Amino acid sequence: MNMRHTLAATVAAAALTAAALPAQAQEQFIPLLSYRVGDYAAGGSGFYGGMIDYFNLTNAKGGINGVKITFEECETGYVPARAVECYERLKKKNGGATAVEPLGTGAAYGLLDRVAVDKIPLTTLGYGRADSADGKTFPYVFPLITTYWSQASAMIQYLGSKEGGMAKLKGKTIVHLYHDSAYGKEPIPVLDAYAAKEGFNLVKIPIPPASGTEQGAQWAQIRQLKPDYVILWGYGVMNTVALKTARKTGFPVTKILGVWWAGSEEDVIPAGDAANNYVTMTFTPSGNYPLVEEIRKTLYAKGRGNLEDKDRIGSVYHLRGLAAGIMYVEAMRNAQEKYGKGKPITGEQMRWGFENLNIDDAKLKALGATGMMPVMKTSCADHEGSGATKVQKWNGKKWEPVTKDWIQAERDVLSKLITDSSAKYAADKKITPACAAG
Amino acid sequence: MNWQAFIEVLVGGLLSGVMYSLVALGFVLIYKASGVFNFAQGSMLFFAAMTCAGLVGKGLPLWAAALVSLVVMVALGLAVEKFVLRPMVAQPEISLFMATIGLSFVIDGLAQIIWGSTAMKLDLGVEDMPLEALMDKTGIAVSQFDLLAAAVAAVLVSGLAVFFSKTKVGRALRAVADDHQAALAVGIPLQRIWGIVWGVAGFVALVAGMLWGARNGVQFALTSLALKALPVLIIGGFTSVPGAIVGGLIVGASEKLAEVYIGPHVGGGIEAWFPYILALGVLLIRPEGLFGEKIIRRI
Repeated sequence: MNMRHTLAATVAAAALTAAALPAQAQEQFIPLLSYRVGDYAAGGSGFYGGMIDYFNLTNAKGGINGVKITFEECETGYVPARAVECYERLKKKNGGATAVEPLGTGAAYGLLDRVAVDKIPLTTLGYGRADSADGKTFPYVFPLITTYWSQASAMIQYLGSKEGGMAKLKGKTIVHLYHDSAYGKEPIPVLDAYAAKEGFNLVKIPIPPASGTEQGAQWAQIRQLKPDYVILWGYGVMNTVALKTARKTGFPVTKILGVWWAGSEEDVIPAGDAANNYVTMTFTPSGNYPLVEEIRKTLYAKGRGNLEDKDRIGSVYHLRGLAAGIMYVEAMRNAQEKYGKGKPITGEQMRWGFENLNIDDAKLKALGATGMMPVMKTSCADHEGSGATKVQKWNGKKWEPVTKDWIQAERDVLSKLITDSSAKYAADKKITPACAAG
Repeated sequence: MNWQAFIEVLVGGLLSGVMYSLVALGFVLIYKASGVFNFAQGSMLFFAAMTCAGLVGKGLPLWAAALVSLVVMVALGLAVEKFVLRPMVAQPEISLFMATIGLSFVIDGLAQIIWGSTAMKLDLGVEDMPLEALMDKTGIAVSQFDLLAAAVAAVLVSGLAVFFSKTKVGRALRAVADDHQAALAVGIPLQRIWGIVWGVAGFVALVAGMLWGARNGVQFALTSLALKALPVLIIGGFTSVPGAIVGGLIVGASEKLAEVYIGPHVGGGIEAWFPYILALGVLLIRPEGLFGEKIIRRI
């Protein structure tokens, strides 16, 4: 009797497993190399919170042609070595990783060569290695929307416009106050190029990541230099401390222009009044978008939102995560159109999806995200797809727009730098630049 | 040389040094009582600041939030003594040190579980701005907030110095630091002494956490202040309260002067490691630090 029961149970279990197999196969796995603890937790929790919210919203609406997105987080603490470890741990899980987003330039550098071998696209949304916009040399790297080089170009253009024209920058002094890491050093070639072209004096002052909490010496140097502008290229606590120390040393906040990773609520609220009228770049301007409202109603009202603090819904980092989510979902949709609707795709196919993104005004409107990010169109030669940014100002309560229109990076300045740098990488790695097949 | 700028950097460095000293004081207290470097001091500071800022965020007035935080920190100190240190009496110092490393992870995690991981603002009512009168007269920017911090540190150090040298508990504490077992043998209540010291260390962490939190925003990076305190302790001496102050002043002033006057010639960013080089120099010449007790052991 027992034997018969066991046999019956085994057969039933096998039947259930077989029945479950097709359902399980309709899933698309994304490893999330997130960071929710440590010095940069505010950025990581907001960004990945936004990404997860968008994935959950997509799943709540039936997935991508029925394919549901699954994900698993791995805590990196913003440490590149740990990000690489997380990547290695997750890349083959659940049928294999579709794409990976580490939200850290150091981590992106650590993964650059690995993703090319594994054929898993690496997205670096508004950060990472700028010359990877050249898809012929970096087929699996996508610095989507904009890169640090595009941002540096937009920053100098904005400062030029404040002065009344680029020619007026001649003889001015601009300080590049930067996080002493791959992230902070990334824009230096572009800033150097602009300094030579426009004739301004560029002074580079590094802040060691370990010294983010104490910047008295650097701001004392700045006070002595009396620069016309300070470009603040920080992340995490460095931004808050920079604003507070600037005020302490009597340096006007209106002369500081922050990078987009120095332009979140988490940077300015702890700085209090010292951040009032502080201006930064952004590629996801703040606003009350229909998409955010939809997420509130569909997820947060039902207790399924990812952010613990509901006040952070629609914050800068959250919007940036939503923008990443949009691009992931649209790339998957693209790839399915080409390789089979309603079927999970491989990393290689996802690469094609990213390389053929076309998020235009009509698409943004349909998603309820008009104005939340610039329109973008990628190709083999252009993995960035846009390069447009805006300027925002903190009014003490919220970010408000400074520039109405998107500032486009100057391609004539950047293209040679990108070509030279990617060619050097290709020579070092013995890569023959070409568009990937597919 | 621009002397005005030099004085400004020097004064700014000295005042920053006082802030480092406030962190270092917590280390000194625990070291004097148990002979162990409390790796969790930075975490205690973070926990205290998060608690205070979190309570203010919940609508409590600052004084009430500070009071509740004080109770929480003293309770935390007592809990650490009871659950972590008490079972480790007479264990080697390295075991106690390892226990505090574990403790730091527990406290960091606890703070973020309770109060979240986003940065918070803490307003003590004193603006971190240069004194206008001084700025107008001399052109030198000195922060009024840093002056307040220096005054608080002076009061704290004076109080602790009296506590250690003039009170029965303070003398008992020094005896405990010298030898746990000998102190127990002569009837010193070790557990009570450790409880008191951890409670006081909690209070010092709260004061330092509130000042640093108000200065830089309350966020996880406060835990890294422990690394700033390390060269302060090596230079001043692990067992000396005045040493923590002098060490802090030396570290603060030297790192700022080095960054401003040497940094630009070597690519900058030397502030992070310069104090450690200085501390290494002191270790080579005077291992116990400028004010530490010279320990002579029979071998």
